[in-house]
Amino acid sequence: MNRRELLAGTAASAGLALVPGLALAQGAPVQITFWHAMAGPLGDELKRLCDAFNAVQKAVVVEPVFKGTYPETMTAAIAAFRAGKAPHLVQMYEVGTGSMLAAGAAVKQVWQLAEETGVRLDPAIYMPAVRSYYSLPDGRMASMPFNSSTPIMWCNKDLFERAGLDPERPPETWEQVMTAAEALRSKGGAKVGMTTAWPTWVHLECFGAIHDVPFATRANGFEGLDAELVFNSPPMRSHITRLLEMAKAGTFTYAGRGAAGDSLYPAGETGISFNSSGIRAAVVRDARFRPMAAQLPYDPAVRATPNNSIIGGASLWTMTAPDRSAAEYKAVASFLAFLARPDTDASWHQRTGYVPVTLGGAGLSLAQGYYARNPGADIPIRQLNRGEVTVNSKGLRLGRLTEIRAIVEEEFETALQGKQNAGAALDTAVARGNKVLREFEKSVSR
Amino acid sequence: MERRTIFPGWATPALLLVPQMALTVLLFLWPTAVAVRASVMRADPFGLSETFAGLDNFTALFTDPLYLAAIGRTLVFCGAVTGLALGLAVLLAVFADADIRGRGAYRAALVWPYAVAPAAAGVIWALLLHPQIGGVAGLLKHLGIAWNYKLNDTQAMIAVVGASAWRQVSYNFIFVLAGLQSIPRTIIDAARMDGARGWRRFRTILLPMLAPTLAFLVVVNLVYSAFETFGTIEALTQGGPGRATQTLMVKVYRDGVVNLDLGASAAQSVVLMALVMGLTALQFHFLRRRGGR
Repeated sequence: MNRRELLAGTAASAGLALVPGLALAQGAPVQITFWHAMAGPLGDELKRLCDAFNAVQKAVVVEPVFKGTYPETMTAAIAAFRAGKAPHLVQMYEVGTGSMLAAGAAVKQVWQLAEETGVRLDPAIYMPAVRSYYSLPDGRMASMPFNSSTPIMWCNKDLFERAGLDPERPPETWEQVMTAAEALRSKGGAKVGMTTAWPTWVHLECFGAIHDVPFATRANGFEGLDAELVFNSPPMRSHITRLLEMAKAGTFTYAGRGAAGDSLYPAGETGISFNSSGIRAAVVRDARFRPMAAQLPYDPAVRATPNNSIIGGASLWTMTAPDRSAAEYKAVASFLAFLARPDTDASWHQRTGYVPVTLGGAGLSLAQGYYARNPGADIPIRQLNRGEVTVNSKGLRLGRLTEIRAIVEEEFETALQGKQNAGAALDTAVARGNKVLREFEKSVSR
Repeated sequence: MERRTIFPGWATPALLLVPQMALTVLLFLWPTAVAVRASVMRADPFGLSETFAGLDNFTALFTDPLYLAAIGRTLVFCGAVTGLALGLAVLLAVFADADIRGRGAYRAALVWPYAVAPAAAGVIWALLLHPQIGGVAGLLKHLGIAWNYKLNDTQAMIAVVGASAWRQVSYNFIFVLAGLQSIPRTIIDAARMDGARGWRRFRTILLPMLAPTLAFLVVVNLVYSAFETFGTIEALTQGGPGRATQTLMVKVYRDGVVNLDLGASAAQSVVLMALVMGLTALQFHFLRRRGGR
């Protein structure tokens, strides 16, 4: 008895007041299973968060379980749901959001969870560009923002200097990027002038957001399942043409699909690289040169001032199972509330390189002097808050977006081989992608 | 003389059969039935709603030029992997069978690659072959070959075929070596006395004696290259560039696991199942022929 009282006391003083609804919990702790896709050091950081939650209170024990890559985690969660054994909480990558929203009774959306459990989960505390990606059109939040990143431009200061470029002034427009890449190759002796990871995310999804150009109709899919892809518009076409011309000139080197382009920059082989802000930890650890983070460049011919880029990463979804009790949902809600605390968010942000998802987490990091000590770490945050959030910069809400990305990358590769031009590649990708969207629409309409 | 045990009644034999039958039903018949059923349905991933789609999924498959192209590509890939893996294995086995110093060590080393998981092998190859930072790529550049398998169809195919065959060579090597060692020395010695040497002895004596082993290996290698190389391809090219290395297995994964299009993926699985059944029938055919001798 003494021990329990002692622990309860400790928990209360450690800030249990911020984890509502738990003070009265009695008996054995509620077990919460949390499936995630964070490998390596990120997995360790995630476990640290869970351990911290388990330490400040004794009513709930969160058990994190690594389930492989994002798609593998998604498939595992779906299979488990079908077997009636879904985990309480699952980490789902941003492109799976469209599929999860169509999951009906398989999930409990954040607003529903808050309503049913009485635990306060306030959308207003999140950064707008993050919140909007995971919210319904009316502003109610569907899933819990967790690890968010956004693509930024990474420059190699050493190579910049050797090429006679100012290492303190990264290129701001695409025109300047082309000039810089050219100089990096011809004067700087860089093996690679410019490269990119996530070709679709960076060069179509974010390019569209920054320049207020739609990726799909119906507000990029936010307003209905009948959205159609429209990323073959003239601005997108001219951007892809630019990349193809740079490839031909040898100033742009294609590094593969998805995250494949993440290995070149830390190795010091490229002057300019477009990668997720989430590679910061790897860059700090591996780079044998002076790295520099900069905001994504824009094309003034398309739009005079750039808007915010869109996020990637993952959010947390609460899943349902036939035998799940109200106490379990309440436990999940209290864990989510813990994750939204400024101190939790700030520590996750600083230790992983993901952006803070809450305004409080960003404010705390600033107050702690984190950005003064780590120049460039605030670039993704500033870029996410650049300009105004429009229907084209809120994010994407499309089913089977993973497949659409793969299709775009296939067609882009064929164009890089010289078998088709940018226009044909985008037209084909739009046609094939729309077929995928219609299949998805058919499969979820009931 | 053969000794036979005759059980009285049917209860004991039935009881003895139960474990095997249960396993077959649980691990084969039941999943197969689920796959066949899913292939004629249109369902959302969560199984919340399902509508009967008839043969829609199959029609969509066989009218899709991309799927038909994947079939042709898979045939080329399987043929290349099988040819390369078998050819190298025979070559290595013939040399390892010779009386050379330290052949035990050679044999052990040649078997090692088989112990490496396909995905791990894929990652190792991906690093070695990486166009910008890979060791092999650097070597090729010195030889004047512009190596970039991420953009060159042919090089991508060579990369996945090589990485897939590399592992299978070990497996084949064991069988071929065993096959060679089971050839009676007297026959080889007789051939030697008749003046048959080197290539001629290999072609007229060893190869025919190895034929049953090779026939069996061809089937095993085809099945391997069609179904077990997914990890290697996914780690190396994810089916790219474009669709240059997208085999049927890669497509099943893309449609089923990534895309969660269960109907289309199930239909493809059923097609693949028919293929495996055909290959298995072929294998039994060869085994029977060998047993009949």
